[in-house]
This record gives sequence, C-alpha cells and structure tokens, in this order.
Amino acid sequence: MIHSLFLINHSGDLFLEKHWKSVISRSVCDYFFEAKEKAVDPENVPPVLQTPHHYLITIYRDKLFFLSVIQTEVPPLFVIEFLHRVADTIQDYFGECSESVIKDNVVTVYELLEEMLDNGFPLATESNVLKEMIRPPTILRSVVNTLTGGSNVGDTLPTGQLSNIPWRRAGVKYTNNEAYFDVIEEIDAILDKSGSTVFAEIQGVIEACVRLTGMPDLTLSFMNPRLLDDVSFHPCVRFKRWESERVLSFIPPDGNFTLMNYHVSSQNLVAIPVYVKQSITFFEMGPCGRLDITIGPKQTMGKTVEALMVTIHMPKAVLSANLTPTQGNYTYDLATKVLVWDIGKLNPQKLPNLRGSLSLQAGAPKPEDNPSLNIDLKIQQVAISGLKVSRLDMYGEKYKPFKGVKYLTKAGKFQVRT
Amino acid sequence: MMICPYSETEVNQGRRQKAITAPTTPVTENRQFGSKMTDSKYFTTTKKGEIFELKAELNSDKKEKKKEAVKKVIASMTVGKDVSALFPDVVNCMQTDNLELKKLVYLYLMNYAKSQPDMAIMAVNTFVKDCEDPNPLIRALAVRTMGCIRVDKITEYLCEPLRKCLKDEDPYVRKTAAVCVAKLHDINAQLVEDQGFLDTLKDLISDSNPMVVANAVAALSEIAESHPNSNLLDLNPQTINKLLTALNECTEWGQIFILDCLANYTPRDDRESQSICERVTPRLSHANSAVVLSAVKVLMKFMEMLPKDLDYYGTLLKKLAPPLVTLLSAEPELQYVALRNINLIVQRRPEILKHEMKVFFVKYNDPIYVKLEKLDIMIRLASQANIAQVLAELKEYATEVDVDFVRKAVRAIGRCAIKVEQSAERCVSTLLDLIQTKVNYVVQEAIVVIKDIFRKYPNKYESVIATLCENLDSLDEPEARAAMIWIVGEYAERIDNADELLESFLEGFHDESTQVQLQLLTAIVKLFLKKPTETQELVQQVLSLATQDSDNPDLRDRGYIYWRLLSTDPVAAKEVVLAEKPLISEETDLIEPTLLEELICHIGTLASVYHKPPSAFVEGSRGVQHKRLPGSAGSGESVESPDTGSAAGVSEAPPAVIPSQGDLLGDLLNLDLTPPTTTGPPPPPASSGMQMGAMDLLGGGLDSLLGGDLGGGPAMGTGFGAPPAAMPASFNVPVSGGLDDLFDLAGGVGMPMGAFNPPKTVWLPAMKAKGLEISGTFVRRAGVIQMEMTLTNKAMSVMTDFAIQFNRNSFGLAPAGPLQVLTPLSPNQSIEAALPLSTVGPVMKMEPLNNLQVAVKNNIDVFYFSCQYPISMLFAEDGKMERQVFLATWKDIPNDNESQFQIKDCHLNSDAASNKLQGSNIFTIAKRTVEGQDMLYQSMKLTNGIWVLAELRVQAGNPNYTISLKCRAPEVSQCVFQNYEMVLKN
Repeated sequence: MIHSLFLINHSGDLFLEKHWKSVISRSVCDYFFEAKEKAVDPENVPPVLQTPHHYLITIYRDKLFFLSVIQTEVPPLFVIEFLHRVADTIQDYFGECSESVIKDNVVTVYELLEEMLDNGFPLATESNVLKEMIRPPTILRSVVNTLTGGSNVGDTLPTGQLSNIPWRRAGVKYTNNEAYFDVIEEIDAILDKSGSTVFAEIQGVIEACVRLTGMPDLTLSFMNPRLLDDVSFHPCVRFKRWESERVLSFIPPDGNFTLMNYHVSSQNLVAIPVYVKQSITFFEMGPCGRLDITIGPKQTMGKTVEALMVTIHMPKAVLSANLTPTQGNYTYDLATKVLVWDIGKLNPQKLPNLRGSLSLQAGAPKPEDNPSLNIDLKIQQVAISGLKVSRLDMYGEKYKPFKGVKYLTKAGKFQVRT
Repeated sequence: MMICPYSETEVNQGRRQKAITAPTTPVTENRQFGSKMTDSKYFTTTKKGEIFELKAELNSDKKEKKKEAVKKVIASMTVGKDVSALFPDVVNCMQTDNLELKKLVYLYLMNYAKSQPDMAIMAVNTFVKDCEDPNPLIRALAVRTMGCIRVDKITEYLCEPLRKCLKDEDPYVRKTAAVCVAKLHDINAQLVEDQGFLDTLKDLISDSNPMVVANAVAALSEIAESHPNSNLLDLNPQTINKLLTALNECTEWGQIFILDCLANYTPRDDRESQSICERVTPRLSHANSAVVLSAVKVLMKFMEMLPKDLDYYGTLLKKLAPPLVTLLSAEPELQYVALRNINLIVQRRPEILKHEMKVFFVKYNDPIYVKLEKLDIMIRLASQANIAQVLAELKEYATEVDVDFVRKAVRAIGRCAIKVEQSAERCVSTLLDLIQTKVNYVVQEAIVVIKDIFRKYPNKYESVIATLCENLDSLDEPEARAAMIWIVGEYAERIDNADELLESFLEGFHDESTQVQLQLLTAIVKLFLKKPTETQELVQQVLSLATQDSDNPDLRDRGYIYWRLLSTDPVAAKEVVLAEKPLISEETDLIEPTLLEELICHIGTLASVYHKPPSAFVEGSRGVQHKRLPGSAGSGESVESPDTGSAAGVSEAPPAVIPSQGDLLGDLLNLDLTPPTTTGPPPPPASSGMQMGAMDLLGGGLDSLLGGDLGGGPAMGTGFGAPPAAMPASFNVPVSGGLDDLFDLAGGVGMPMGAFNPPKTVWLPAMKAKGLEISGTFVRRAGVIQMEMTLTNKAMSVMTDFAIQFNRNSFGLAPAGPLQVLTPLSPNQSIEAALPLSTVGPVMKMEPLNNLQVAVKNNIDVFYFSCQYPISMLFAEDGKMERQVFLATWKDIPNDNESQFQIKDCHLNSDAASNKLQGSNIFTIAKRTVEGQDMLYQSMKLTNGIWVLAELRVQAGNPNYTISLKCRAPEVSQCVFQNYEMVLKN
C-alpha cells in the first residue's frame, strides 16, 4: 500500500514528507527529479516511475507534485485517486491547495494525512467524517481556541464513520432548508480546418449544494435520462433504482458534493455552439505572416454565448503580433508565445473578428507546425445535451425545502485545427 | 537535496506572546491572528538554542503552551529536521485527556520510536491503558499507533490489547485492529502466526459490518503477498457471497480491496461466473476510477468462462465500453493508467472498443505520455472500416510540434499500411506527401517505415524509390541511412545508378555507425551478385574496408563470410544472400498471448502499466524469495527459515540506491594503485588472428585461415537465413558463434572434459574506450573464480596505470586483488590479465541476474562496460546434496518455484551429459530410468548458499531434453537453465 508521501513544489523543493510505514529516505525522490528534468514541462512528467526498490506515483495539481512511494504491487489508480483526494481535502479545508497554505497549516495537514491513511490503507477520506475529527481552521475558531485553550480535534467518534451512510453526519440542523443542483456540461471537441467536427463529446456533472435538516431522502428525476451514455455516481446514489427506473434516489451528504458525472459520447450528435473561420498563414518570402479569425454562432439553443475567448499557441518563430480586434482585446505573451483574444459576449449581428500581421524572427525558416485554436465559452441556462431535470422529491422529513436547478454549458477541451 | 524554501526571518517570540495575551480591537485582532496564527511560524526558527527552548516549553505547566510546543516539534519533524533529542520531554506529554495533544504525541512517537527503543518503552503503559478506554476512538487510536511503532519490545506488549480489540464490541475498533494485524505481520510474521491472529482475521471476513470485512480482506491480501503459499484467502462460494454482500455497503477503498480479492477466485461453472458478474457490474458506475478498473478486471476474467452465445455475454461486452471511455475524461495521470490497461483489453477483446476510435484522438494539449499511449491504441483499433479517419488524424499529428510524437505518428502510418492491406496504397501516398514537407526527421522516419512496407508488399510500391532517392543527402540518422541503403541494395536491379549511390556512402565508410556499415556491406554484395560485371571493384573495396580497416568484429566477421562465400561458390552465395525473405508479420508489437492472459488477470495493477508479469519486477511481492536473494549471502540458515528472513528483510533493509557514476568514479580514483613496474616479463605477442595481410578476392588466404574446413558453410548459411532487415541486431551472435566453431574444428582441439569455459568475447570495443579493447571470459578452477581478459591497445599512445572496479552485483563478486598489468601497453599490443574474484563484495540485485558492471581505468580515462558471467562460476565444489536431503528439499520447495525448460538439439546420452555437467559443479545425485527415459537428479550450490535442484529428463533418440528446476530463489532458474544449455552444447 502507500508507503510515503512527499510534497514538492513547482521548482522542485521538497517541503513536506509523511511516512505511514517505516521512514523512506527522501533521496528516493532523486529519480523523480531526474524525470522532471527530462520532461521539461511539469505536465509531462510520467505519473508512474520505477526505481530499483520502489515505485513513485505522482500527480501534478495546482503547481504542486504529490509524490507517493510504494513498495508492493498496488493498483496505481487507487494511489492516484487517493492523492487527488488529499489535494481535494486540502482545498476543502483551507480554500486553496498551494504551498503557502500547506505551510501555514502544516500541523493540521499532517494530522489530516494521519487520519486519511493507516498503514497505507485509506481510513477516513470523506470530508464530513474528517471535519468531525479535525475541525477546519477558521479565524474565529483559532481565536476562541487560543483564548479558551480549546482544541481542533474532535474527541468523539464521528457518527458517519460506521453507519451505512458514512457520507452524512447525524443531527444536521438548518433554519433555512435548501437544495440546489447545478447541471454543468463541458463540450470536448476537435474541429478540423474546414470546420467539420472530427470528434465531440459532452462531459456533464451535477454539483449539489444540499443544506437540509435531519435525514432527508431525495429523488431526482430527469425528462430524458436515456440521453446519458455512461454515468458514475456518488456512493450515496442507489444504483438499483437508477437501473430500473432511471431516477436518482439518495440520502445526500451535507453541504457541497458531486452527485453524478455523466458522459454523452460522440455516438450522438453533439451540438457545436460556435463556428470559427480562420486563416493563419506564413509567407515563404519575408519574415511575416497573416492572421484572420472570425467567430459566429452555430447551435446555441437560442441563448447568448458569453465569456468567449480564443487561445493560440504560436510557433516559436513568431516574434510579435500586430492585430486589430473588432471586439474585445488581445494579448500576446512573448515568452510563452501564447496569443489570447478575450472577446466576451458573442453578438450575432456583428461577428467578432481579429485580423492583422504576425512578424517572425528574421532568418527563421517558415514554421512547419500549424497552431491549434483553443476556444473557451459559456452558455447560461442551458445544458447543451438537452438534459433536463423534471422534479425533485423529498421523503423522510416533514418540512418544505427550497429547491433550485441551474444549467450551464462550457467549453472543455474545445480545439480548432488550422 | 537541500531544502531551504522558507524565509529565514526570525519571528520575535516576545511579540507573538504579546499578540496572544493582549487582545486589541476585534478588527485588528483578526488581521493579526490571520498573519500570526498560522503554522508557518514553526518553520522560521533555526536558532541554535531552538531545541533548548522547546524543551523548556514542553515541560511547561500550561497545557496550551505544551501543545504549542509539541506542534512546533511536529512541524520541524515534517520538514525533516532532527528533533529526536526531545523524546523524553514529548513522551511526558502523552498522559493527557486532551485528544489533540495525545494525537500529536503519537505522531511524534511513530516517527522516532525506532531510533530510541529504550525510551519508547516509557510509552507502553499509557498505550495499554488507552486500549481499555471507554471511548472507542481512543481504544482504536492506541492500538493503531502501537502497530506503527516498529520496536520489538513494544510489539510484545501489543499482542494482548490487539487480541481484545479484534473482538471489540465496536466495529470501528475491530476494523482498526484488522489493519493492525497486517502491520504486526510486517514487523514480526512469526509472532502473528504463533498468536493465532491470522485465524481471527479470517473470522472477520464474516463480520456483520462491511467496513470490518473490507479491512480484513485488505489485511489478508497484504499478508498473503509476502506469503505466497499460505492458503490465507481461502475463497469458497460462501466467502464469495459474504464478500459480494459487503461490496455493496463498504467504502470505495474497501470495494477496491474486495474486487481485487474476488479476481483471484475461480468460479466453479459459468452460472456462478455469471452471477458474480451480475453483482459486480454496478461497480462500473462508481465515481472512483480505481473501483471501476478493478471491476473491469473481475469482469474481463470471469467473462472467459461464459459461453460466447449467451445473451448475457453480449450484454456484458456492451456494458464495458462506456466506463472505459469515461476514464479517459479524467485527470491525465488517471488517463495514462487507463490507457495502458485499455491497450491490454483491446488486444484481448478488440470488439469492446471497436466503435470508440474517436475518443483516442489526440488533443494538442494532452501530456506527451498520454499522446503516445493514445496513438498506440489507435493503431490497434485501426481496421478497414475506420482507416480513413485514422490516417487523416495521423497526418494531422505528423505536423505537430513535439518531435517524439511526430516521429511516432509517422511510424504509425507505416504500421497502418502493414496492418490494413486495403489502406497500404493510401498510407504510402500519405508518407510521400510527408516526405515532400522536407522536414528532416519526418523524412527519415518515413523512409524507415517505407522499408517495412516494401517487405510486407514486395513488388508493389517500388515506383516510389525514385522519390526516396532524392532525399538521400538529407538523411543523417543511422536508422534512416541503413533503411535507405537496404532499399537500394534490395532493388539494385531497378535502380540505374545503384552503384553510384552506394559508392557515395562508401566514401565516409569509417565515420558511419555500425548499423550503416553492416547494411552497406550487405547491399554492395547484393549489388555485386545482381550486376557482377560493373561492380567488382566496388565489392572488393567494401570487403577490404570491412575486413582490414575496421575495428568492429561483427563487421569483420560479416566481411569475411561474404568474401569467403563469393570466392568459393558464387552460386551458393546468391542463394544465401538473395534468398527469399519471409514477409514481416502483421503486428510486430503484440504482447505474447500467455503473457497477455496473465496481464489481463492483473488489470489495474503496476504490472498492467508496465506490461510485464508481476513476478518479473515487483520487489517484495510474491515476495520472500525475491527479497532474500541478495540479502542472504553467506548464511545458509536464513534460506531454511523464510519467515524470520522476510521480516528482517522487509522492515529493516534500507533502500539501496545505485551509486551514480560519479560515486563509482570517485571510488575508482581513490584506488590504491601500485605503480607499474617496467621490469616485468614481456607481454605475450599480440594474438589477433584476424589481422591479415592484403588479400585478393579469389585468393586462398582465407582458406588457410579457416583451416580449409568447408563444413562451416551450412552453419553460416543459417546465419544468413535471418532477414537482412533484422541483421544488424541479430547478426553478430550466430555468426561469431559459427566462426568460433570453425576455429575449433580447424585446430582439431575439442574442449577437454572439465569445466566448460565460454570463449572470450569483446566486452569493451575499442571505439567506446579511446582505443582500449577488452575481451574476456570467466573461469572457475579449483574453487577460484577468475576473470581472464585480453587488453589490446588500439590507440596511438602508450597505456599505463590500469585499475579495475566492479559495481555492486547480485552475488557480491568483487576483485580479490588489483588488476595485474605491470608493463605499459604500447600501441597495437595485447596483454593477458587474470583477475581473481571473491564473492564477499557488496550485493545488489541486477537485471539480468548475472550482469556485472565493470569500470576500468587507465592513464587516459575511466571506461564502463557490463558483461554477463555464466552462473556456473558460482557453483561451489561442495554442491552435492545427500539423497535424503535432496528428496526432502525437493518436496519442501513450493511448486510455484518450479520452472521447466526445454533444451533443444542436444545429442549427448545421459551419462555423457552428467559427466559434462559435473565439470561445472553440477552434481548428479541419482539416476532413474522410466520407460526409456533417463531422469537425472542433480544439485548445485551457489556461493551465497542458495541450493538449486534439478531434474533432467533425457530420452534416447530425442535431442530435446526437459529440465525442471526448483529453487527457493526462483529468479536464478533462468540463469541456471541458460548455463545448462551452454555447457551441454559445447
């Protein structure tokens, strides 16, 4: 199982180590540093490394490497999932997952790690169980504790720990009972030069924020559940009901959680909300090139496309860009060679256009690679797959909760090739 | 690694105190606390008196101050500072009813108890008392912490509390105790067995609480890993049923443990198999990808038992695809592991994902490791139906930025052509388009794959050769040059100026890499055989370049063989050199089926990521033997008692790290070198038989060299049978072997009966060592191992000051004395040196096991090479086992450790074989004849005390022997088998 954990920052400084079995010298990380050196970009460091006596499994998140050392045959996904859970927990506790936050709260982080894993076996990874054992720091609490000599550590057994619903603690009380569900969809797509779809799929997620008193039992049903190709649920969802009736039936955790993830694959037709007309050319003669991009609405379900943004990784030889946007503004980062055009709202009457010249390094050969365009966008109040929640019912409690559903469509990995 | 990321600014103790004790107005207070109350302050003090100060605070009467102090200690500990000196003071804080303080002290204890075992005893009483606490949280915490303290004296006290906790009324305590058994087993396996904890643990599988069941399974699985033969997880339909019930109710991690355990079960029939599959399928919808992949493993395995015509079989196949696709939208690290596994699944059951090609299309901002894996799977899924899409994508990738990825994409186009015949034409034209881009590395990759396409579809696409020839000048990578030369040679009759093209390469012959030289030699010989009249001069030129001016033995050997073939029998030469080549297979990189089956059973594990069987690489798993091999040198005792050996090995062996080259160099330079004496005996004359005078093409010089024995012809022929494309890699082995045989025949000297010693081979070519060439072999005479080397100076200047050093190796081989090269070695001179070896050097497991890394130093530089010694060098003279002992040991070694091999084409009878083997200290203990089959029972003992037992079966008239090897350290079997083969065949 998981033997040790090392936290390493962006520039390669090791700033925290935790061992769940015997202590492993941090020199084991040298193999990782070697690989990091070789990979150049931190994103490209291979996640599983073999050393003579150990395996190193690493995730890269929020500019931090979470490096675990294992010694026996362990499912790598188990380790990777766990590492992500560690990062999630830190995020959840302290609002962000960064080196400075971890250092500011190093003892709490250490206590958390001890609570999350025992002898390499996961012990308590549910946020609400952890929060009952180790209270998240708030400024108010640390003031009170300092004055009264109180403690951050709960001294009773967390109620959720052993019940059949470990994700929910007992005795939850609210004066305002409310349940919100956000249906968020991301479009992953690759469009080719001519604008036709090479590949498109939708990754959806239903994020919930449930603040309900007692032990409510909820049922969420959809107008068109058969749309979904693959689903994965929070453990609270009763799978049998989904199989037989296609409804989500569950006793929710308290607070924020991800109720389900789903996937609408390329087998179905995925609506592409915008089209892009682009031409990026470099001239054979003289160190310059031309760029001309226009974006227009395609299948937007009658809603406005917002927060539209185009990102282009230019070839190395491009020195500067002299462009004129009809809408929004653009920046070109010389160091990273990234051109960002921030457009904002898409006005169907007056399509945004960006055109102008690119200047190349003198003497450099004409760039061979064609830069891809990355598109960001948002459409409020619609799930692009057409998924709709029909109703939410509550059983088990008497009060009447306030219910709300929101829809949002975003671009995920949305790429246009040139 | 030095770590100094923290600011060195001192936080004034006094000021912080003031902030705590003197509250101001709420607004500023918040701000102040915000900045002062964080833990980062613990990092900042690095003063000398820090420890002293902490000591005072730890002994303070105020609870709060104590806790703050312990926190500071913990913070220092986490960043790697040594605060072990505070042990007694911290332990004193343990007796407290403040749970946070208690936990902090426990954290400290776990870290430092090992280094202060006597002090740790002080904590025992509190632990034992806490195990009786009315609060289950405290009971569990105590037993959990005790298990983490790896000190024998504490472990003894752990048994009683642990026994109680395993039967505790509170499931939280029971589940913690279950894991504690695994911890204890790791520290002292014998103790766990003696105390009967394993049985208690097995009982917990039937516990009413699913979390307890899951932890019991996890603990048992971990224990079973280091205990390969124990029948710990005795899976029967009843336990399976319990596990399946618990599966639905336990945590996500528990589900992984249970699924992995289920995967080890073999259902009795297809109905049971189906019912398990039905109950596992819902796990495919879990949010945790590890649960999903473990479920996929169970389903992939149990599916094998279902009849293909069953409706359910089809349903199941359909259910597997969506979750696998969903895994690809997760974080890149998860994607990577998923892709490696999908690669296996696609090879085993291509039908599952055949419609999902598009999800493997590469996005430009995928990490490179994801891109390469996706590409691989795309090729595996490529079929006639989707080839157009795939080709369009690959062409797109070939214009990307990342060079590695582009290269692989170009290669992939070639693989498509070979895999999907209908697409070959389109692939070739795509490749030609890419060649037109003139991007250097794209052109070179394209030429390499076009060569393979020619080999798959002969006489079909040769029209493109002209285009290829245009790019001749831009090729600067050996592989591409070699491919191009192969093409020119193979199609010499269709290329008008083939001779000119090849001649142009010949100009810089000596600057080319070996691969190109070999290919050029073969190509020109082919050309000569096809157009003998115009190219006689050319072939003579290349043969003399290869045989006379080259340092490379492979090249010289090949040159001589061609020369000899051409001079004796041109017709035969034609048959050999221009022989019909076998078509290359459709998919060259498919995983071998038995390995694939094994890997499918290991989906989701590290083995599946590396595509290697788990036994091949995971240290410590299936483990005792793997672990013990290097550690057991010198003590025969530990071999006999695996349990104690394993416990020590697992818990205490510090991780050994291979010394970097720098270290080795440093060691080497510190060697006490004896100054070379100039008055030593004169070195023996240079013995390089291959250095010949000038020869004419048809002259008899070679004949005399080879002793006029023509029987060598067929042997060489087999060497040639290998397809030319594969020659650079495979050529040297068979052919040089063939030559050795020839020389032996010529001299008329058979090997004397006695130890077989392999002939000398070149370990360090002169090219790599600034003119120093070392060839050598290993011999064992009367129990002394010697490394016999010939050092040849091929440089222009004198070499002196020789010294040698070994890297750590599997059996602790080390030089027993300095390297005796007393006279300076002048240019073109050779010297023989014999280096006695001992087996008491430092040990590190090598891959392969008999690999030896050597550093040799002289006045010019330090050179590194590695060589492999025959394992018989390590067979001791006292390796003959008593018959009774043999019988008992054979039975005692588990069957898993037995490996069986075939030795082909061996024509000795059993007595001759036995005699021959005895020469290498392989002793025959008994012989039995059953139905015309002789069975020889043999034993041998390695210098580190490991015994190997063998059963050799020889059937009269059958040249194939079967050998079964049993050893407690099964990794040596492969080496021993190779040794048998080598001894018996020479």
